[in-house]
Amino acid sequence: MSNDERPPALITSADWRRPTVRYGVGAAHVLLLVGLIIVGLGPILWLAKGAVTPTIDTISHPMALFPHGAAWSNLRRAWVEVDVGRYFWNTVVLAFGSWLTQIIVAATGGYALSVLRPSYAKLINALLLATLFVPAVVLLVPLYIEIVKPPIVHHSFIDSYWAVWLPAGASAFNVIIVKRFFDNLPREIFEAAQIDGAGPFTLFWKIVLPLSKPILGVVSVFAVLASWKDFLWPLLVLTDPNKQPLSVRLPTIQSQTELGVFLAAMLIACLVPIAGFLIFQRSFLRGSGLGGALKG
Amino acid sequence: MDAISEIEVEGAALARGRYRARRTPATWVRNGGLSTLVFLLPLLFVFGAFSWYPIVRTIVMSLQHTNLVEAPTWVGFDNFRAVWNDPLFPIAVKNTAYFALLALIFGYPVPLAAAVLMSEARRGRGLYSALAYLPVVIPPVVAVLLWKTFYDAGSVGVFNTVLGWVHLGPYPWLQSASWAMPSLVLEATWANAGATVIIYLAALTSVNAELYEAAEVDGATLWQKVWRVTLPQLRGVLLVTMILQIIGTAQVFLEPFLFTSGGPANSTLTVLLLIYNYAFGNSLGGDYGMATALSLMLAGFLAVFSLAYMRATRSWSTE
Repeated sequence: MSNDERPPALITSADWRRPTVRYGVGAAHVLLLVGLIIVGLGPILWLAKGAVTPTIDTISHPMALFPHGAAWSNLRRAWVEVDVGRYFWNTVVLAFGSWLTQIIVAATGGYALSVLRPSYAKLINALLLATLFVPAVVLLVPLYIEIVKPPIVHHSFIDSYWAVWLPAGASAFNVIIVKRFFDNLPREIFEAAQIDGAGPFTLFWKIVLPLSKPILGVVSVFAVLASWKDFLWPLLVLTDPNKQPLSVRLPTIQSQTELGVFLAAMLIACLVPIAGFLIFQRSFLRGSGLGGALKG
Repeated sequence: MDAISEIEVEGAALARGRYRARRTPATWVRNGGLSTLVFLLPLLFVFGAFSWYPIVRTIVMSLQHTNLVEAPTWVGFDNFRAVWNDPLFPIAVKNTAYFALLALIFGYPVPLAAAVLMSEARRGRGLYSALAYLPVVIPPVVAVLLWKTFYDAGSVGVFNTVLGWVHLGPYPWLQSASWAMPSLVLEATWANAGATVIIYLAALTSVNAELYEAAEVDGATLWQKVWRVTLPQLRGVLLVTMILQIIGTAQVFLEPFLFTSGGPANSTLTVLLLIYNYAFGNSLGGDYGMATALSLMLAGFLAVFSLAYMRATRSWSTE
């Protein structure tokens, strides 16, 4: 539910008629807005400014606004000389693959557990729920060993993108929210389709997938964002600098480049998540609320 | 069984969404058992290989001496003993608890107050929530490295520059053992508070407006309505966000890793950083047994803590 849909309830019109409430709450709102702009937007604006300011100016006067003009060359130098272009592309490829695995696992798994419901669905559900209670750190070392020395296939997956793509799919949260969404679809649709002779594959492609666009949108937005933000896992399994994503490269770039170019590289790393957030704001905010609802 | 009753049986099975006629492999396939398994295959493979198997493997590895070169040997609880006797262990535990406590002090009341205020804005609620959520979408590595520049002790340090305008500082944000941890928590709070705000906003929409009206009829002031209606109505969500925040901050890694590498003088060495150092910090080969032992100790502690927390707050969270 969007927050704009509900009228304010705590402060009634009777409250608003009282001057203390009107001015007090009004002042609090102005303070909140100013605070949110400084805290939420300020650091990003500073980063954007620093990305196109000559390094020497940023170092000597970090809060000054272009005392000696702009340095747009920072962006070009970051993209070309520091190879941010390549790392950006790596990040895109990693995010795309992780997104694909998560969508496939969540959609097929959610469909099987919610609509097809085999007799062993309960057991799988319980095993999925159990993973929600296991802190991610428990998986870190054994997963790493598994990538270095996988069982059955005796071939290390270090420096292979599969080492990032496949484990990304193991998100119980995704499967559970997709399954819940399917649970709430009217059963009659499936039954009507089955009576019309639709097999499980037709039902999935023609009925369930088209209906599940909203929830798959939410899963997609969070899948791409999570992959874009990921640091520790790609740091461990992608050791070849030419294959690493931006987030893994940034600490190294920092120690090897001047500040202006480094800030430009960081700005480039932020652009996709910020643009995605502005475009898919509803999915983001609804998904976060969903997370709260599930956790609650 | 005649044809009509067979159709009825199949119809009933359809209605339940599963097929349970005579059970032979052939009917199992014909009734969709195989195609169900095909749909479950991606889930079973990915979770089996990258979630369930590693969880079991952790327990095995914590009882072994493993370094990937020699064959692993069983050592019983030696890894756990080694962690327990490591002089860094109590330091890491203390620091992690300190981080979690500071994160609660910095990050718990502010999002709540902000969310209550935001939900009562007459217009522009979308703008408020977008501004609050913006730091959450910034990649954490960028956030930490950007704040590292803000904290810089030299002339580029934004915080010391701005505080210098009002003749405060300069402060040793990351350089001093007593300042480093609060500085880390400040950045972590900035990076995560927006997500909590959104959860509270969603919860606030479910508060029954009639309760406010009833309170008003009883002559409650605005302040009393906040304390007597809003907060009690949110307590379920408040309790959950608190335990989730504690579980999250107990696993803090990125901030100490990128800001300070655990320094100065181990003042920001957290449990996760210690796990990382056991497994990956030594270029000669990791001590995977100690790393898995410590991660299991942390997981066990969090499980016990969560259970105790839920038990202690059960009477309070339900009416």
